[in-house]
Amino acid sequence: MLSLRRKDLVCQQAVELVTDYLEGALSRRDRLRFETHLRNCPNCTTYLEQIRMTIQLAGMIEPDQLSPQARAELTDLYRRWRSE
Amino acid sequence: VRGRYPSDEVAFRATPRWASGVDAEWLGSLLEGDEDAFVMLVARYNQPMLRFAQSMISNRAVAEEVVQDTWIGVVRGIDRFEGRSSFQTWLFSILANRARSTRWREHTEIPIDTLDAVDPLRFDPDGRWADPLDAWTEETNDRVDAASLLPALRSALEDLPPRQRQVVLLRDVEGLSHDEACGVLGIGVGNQRVLLHRGRTRLREILEQHIERG
Repeated sequence: MLSLRRKDLVCQQAVELVTDYLEGALSRRDRLRFETHLRNCPNCTTYLEQIRMTIQLAGMIEPDQLSPQARAELTDLYRRWRSE
Repeated sequence: VRGRYPSDEVAFRATPRWASGVDAEWLGSLLEGDEDAFVMLVARYNQPMLRFAQSMISNRAVAEEVVQDTWIGVVRGIDRFEGRSSFQTWLFSILANRARSTRWREHTEIPIDTLDAVDPLRFDPDGRWADPLDAWTEETNDRVDAASLLPALRSALEDLPPRQRQVVLLRDVEGLSHDEACGVLGIGVGNQRVLLHRGRTRLREILEQHIERG
């Protein structure tokens, strides 16, 4: 990822650290710089919030319905495996 | 790495609504050869498995075969399931192994690029946001509105490059931990994080476009 040589993060750097931040993978120093940036930047705060919402929405994606035909097929297979 | 932060930010993840913990009961019945238990497990996991298999194998028929083959493996190997991982993780590990070893496997390991995930055009020359971001609170706080975003999110997920899709599916849709996802995919934490980052960044972007269009 980005190497953080400059003292203060700019937005373009901060957004690339969001996943490392949420995963708890930043060093203490980088985490503090990230959090300092967020405190002063409403846009990046909104961005982080949107990423969180994206994750929550992804968790709401439900599996497709299994068709009755596919279910029947697998049940038949199960009976065959059991009898083998 | 886990638990180094005192905050609740650590490995933030959503718990899929449909994944309530009744596995243990069914597994016991399956072990006794109960067909109903098998049907319940199939009803719950077959489609998520198929979706995951298709992220590894683009040919639908081959993906279906691999899923079926995985069920055979589960029925035959259930007595070897030791409960050291969750049933879901065990299931996806068998599936990933079978998908990897299928001779139709099409994708090869591609080195992960480390370019910025967010479009550089969103920033001014000093690296600040060129335009302010709008909060989504209204759209996503309302359950009905949130549900209306799901079709767009779903198709965006389908359009992700395969390796990003695999990681996002396991982490954010299926709710596996990073260790579990790395185990299933046979990749390191660092790579997993880069793929997750790129995938989530893209999904956010699609949602943003969708919300702005209204």
